[in-house]
Order: sequence, then C-alpha cells, then structure tokens
Amino acid sequence: MNLKIKNPAPTDSEDIMGILNNSPDTLRRIYKTHFPMVLQMVLNNNGSEADAKDVYQESIIILYNKVKAGDFELTSKLKTYIYSVCRRIWLKKLNQLNKKECELKDVHDFLPVENDLEQHEMRDLQFSKMEESLLMLGEPCRTIIQDFYIRNRSMQEICEKFGYTNAENAKTQKYKCLQRLKKLFFQP
Amino acid sequence: MSEPQLLDWIERYLGHKLSEDEQLEFEVMRLGDPRLNERIKEHQQFMKYLSGWNERVEFEHKLNAIHDEIDVDAVKQTLGFRQNRVIALWRNHHSKISVAASVAIFAVMLTLFFTGYFNNQSQQSKYSALRRELDNVKRSQSALMRDISGKSIRKNNLNPGNFGGTGFAINTNGDIITNFHVINGADSVYVQNSNGESFKVKPIYINEDYDLAVLRITDPSFKHLSPVPYAFKKSKADLGEDVFTIGYPKDSVVIGKGYLSSFTGFENDSLAYQVSIPVNPGNSGGPLLDNYGNIIGIIKGKQTQVDGAAFATKSNYLMKAIQSIPADSIGKKIVLNSKNNMVKLSRAQQIKKLQNYVFMVKVYN
Repeated sequence: MNLKIKNPAPTDSEDIMGILNNSPDTLRRIYKTHFPMVLQMVLNNNGSEADAKDVYQESIIILYNKVKAGDFELTSKLKTYIYSVCRRIWLKKLNQLNKKECELKDVHDFLPVENDLEQHEMRDLQFSKMEESLLMLGEPCRTIIQDFYIRNRSMQEICEKFGYTNAENAKTQKYKCLQRLKKLFFQP
Repeated sequence: MSEPQLLDWIERYLGHKLSEDEQLEFEVMRLGDPRLNERIKEHQQFMKYLSGWNERVEFEHKLNAIHDEIDVDAVKQTLGFRQNRVIALWRNHHSKISVAASVAIFAVMLTLFFTGYFNNQSQQSKYSALRRELDNVKRSQSALMRDISGKSIRKNNLNPGNFGGTGFAINTNGDIITNFHVINGADSVYVQNSNGESFKVKPIYINEDYDLAVLRITDPSFKHLSPVPYAFKKSKADLGEDVFTIGYPKDSVVIGKGYLSSFTGFENDSLAYQVSIPVNPGNSGGPLLDNYGNIIGIIKGKQTQVDGAAFATKSNYLMKAIQSIPADSIGKKIVLNSKNNMVKLSRAQQIKKLQNYVFMVKVYN
C-alpha cells in the first residue's frame, strides 16, 4: 500500500515556534514562501531583483529579532507582517532616492510597523559599526578576537596558532586588541 | 593585578570558569568595588554587540544560501514579469550601454567623415551628371534585337562601350558637341547615329569650366552631313518657354519635353538654365531646343532630390566656347550655322530632321 499523507500547511504559530528553535527548515520555508510577494511589490515599484533580495532579507532579520526578543504577538498573519515591513523599507529607500514622497502600488494589505523599523535601525547601526571596527582593527587582532570570543578557542590554541612564546603574552595581546576594538567601536 | 589579568578574571568569572572559592571571592570584590562592577557590565554589553554582529553575519549567510536555491526568473515568470530581463539589464547598465553606444556612433561618424562619405553622399544626392553607365547585359540584349532588324548595323555594334551620352552636330563636316564629363577619361570615343552607324571620333577641344567637348569624326566611312538645320540662339531664352530635348538615355532616341524654369542652374550657376524636363543618364550632351528649333542649351545634369530640376549650359556659352577654339589646333575655324530652317515646321517634323544630327556618344575606357 502506498499511502501518501499530505502535510497540512504549517500554521503561523508553528512557524513562530520554528523560529524560536532556530529550525533551518522553518527559515527555508518562510523565506521561500513569501519571497514572490515581495519581489512582485519591489518590481512593481521601480526596483530590481537585487533590491527585492535586500529588502526581503532585511525584513526576515527584523522578524527573527522581534520573535526572539519575545515581543512578537501574532495579531496578524506572518505574511502581512513581512509585507508591511518590506513595503516600509522600500518606500523609505524610494523616498531617499527621489528626494520626495512616493506612492507605492501595493500588492497586499499592510500594518503600521514604524516602531519595529526604528528598533531595527538602531541594531543595524551597531552591526555596521562593529563590522567597520573589526575591519579597521586589522590582523592579527581581528582573528585573535574572533577566535577567542566568537569561535571560543582556548588561549592555548591561539598561543600556538600565532606563535606566542607563552600564554601570558597572548593574553596581553588579546587585551590590547580588545581595547583597540572598543575604542574603534565607541568612537563617534 | 595588571589590566590583562583583570580582563582574564572578568572573562573567566562571566564564563563561570573560576573555581567555587574564586567565584565567591570575585563576587565579594565586585560588590565592594563599584568601578569593577562597572567594568564587568561594560564588558558584558560589548560582548553582546560582538556576538550580535556574529549572529547577524551567520544569519545573512544562511539567507543567501536559501536565496540561491530560488529560481528568481521562474518566480518572475509566474508573477507575469517577462521582458524584465531586458528592462533590468537596461536599468542596471544603462549608463554603460549609453556610453558604449555613443562611442560606437562617434566612431562610425568619425570613420565616415574621414573616408569622405559625407562629401560624396551630399554631392551625389544633389547633382548628378547624366552620363549613362552602360550595362553590358542590357546592351547585348538590344544588340541582339538589332541583329534581327537590320544587317548593316551589325558590324558596328560589337562592343557596347562603357559609358554613353548624347552629342549633336554643329557643322557639316562632322564636328559634334557634347559634355566634357561624358568623354572624361575615355580611351576611345565613338558616335552612333539614329541609323545605328558608328563612327570613330577624336576630341578636338575640351573646356572643363563649361563642361564642353567638341568631337570630330575621323572615320573614313563618314560622309558629310547635309547642312545643319538649327541655329544657336544668341539671346537669352524666355522663362516658361516650351523646350524639348532629344537624346539617348537608352539605345534608341528619346524626346523629352518641358519648360524653362529658371535662369540659373545648380546652386545659382549662371552658366546654366534650369529646365523642368524629364532627363535621365544618357541625356547629357543632348541639345535643348525651343519651339522654333533654336538651340538654347545643352543638357548636362540634374538635381536628384528636387523634382523636375535639370540643367543645361546656355547656348551663348556654347558659342563662346566654340568660337574660342584656336584655329590652328583644328585646321579650320568652326563656322556655326546661324540660319534656322525649322522655324515653320511642326514638332514632329523638327524631330524627324533633328534625328540625323543627334548622335549617341559611346565611350570606351
């Protein structure tokens, strides 16, 4: 007997659970499900494929941050939320490009999401500041910092990798690197 | 405790890597030292930024990987965006495309300019001399037709020639006037009368300024012509006057009828009249006559982009040119007929007479 059981489409609350559990399948499914809608919206409003990709990925990041921060209340459909965020981001970009207020041709209904975007912008600022600081930090500091704080390597490994004579020297080096990174990060 | 050591302690404390005793000791130190407490908090916050950055980078990697799995073109097709590939190409690269196109156009223009394309083009399109380039195929076809019609002509028609024009006799001993451009560059020149007989001629006078040439029949088979029936008009012709021409734009004689439309020729050339008359390559060198059978000019060209603008060198310049031929170069001075015998004839009769004095000029080179 060949019995096929069709999985019913996952509900939004299942998706939320998936996000909280860092499920790669959930991420893949959410991404693939809603991309066409956003692509259509951006292409309909003077954007390109690349624009659609940027806008869409930003909205997914916002969604994940919001869900993980625990303040995502499922008052609307996930789809509506993603669309609202995307249209807000794209509208803002259009306004910056054209230096005037633009109208969008909508392909879906939407909600006000200004607050979420503001929070995201602050986070985004920190992110790009960190990116920039790490870039300016240079080698070998960048690798030492990443090895120790992100990849959780032991001081002993780092010591061998970079050829420091003893762990004390490596610690001093790591300290100096972190101080420099902080300086770069916090300078206006 | 040195700064690096302090940092090490803080990290181990936050990472719960101290021994239980050390952990307690540090806790006490922290409570008693607000500055240390501040340091710990600050470090914690900074580590959050750093791990936040890392999470974001990793998340973007994941998103890009998923994005690459999507066939964007297929999605677009289902959404109904079809020509968008072209539009997107234009949108993304229009500046580059524009630059490339302008460079290409500029290069083409430059090339055309330096090869003299524009010069030739404009002249050719405006003015064309009516020398006929003879098509060998056509000629051989018509030669065939003449084979059937009459034997006597046949021997003279072996070589069709490269170019053709028209010329007309100016006296009885076979001096024929035509345009210089008709015989320009010729190795040998023949004339052919309306009966199809060819005679060898040699140019005895050339005037490039007036675009005129006088040919003399040197062929021994040539007998004298009967006296020329037309006269050259010395005075100016009248505007609007009916005129006609006779010439060889094809292998048999063709009459064209029109009127004098202007006293000046191409680009206000005062040597020529403008005539509204149908003329074609091969008409060059043909006589332009008024109603009474006076020669008022010689057809030399037409303006190609203007309807009905043919040009004919004025008869007084013709006469001037002929009279300026130095006598010693031709043996005897050419005497032009000044009496017109065709005044009272009808057009058809005039043409019948004229035919014997108008020749096809065949040029070989």
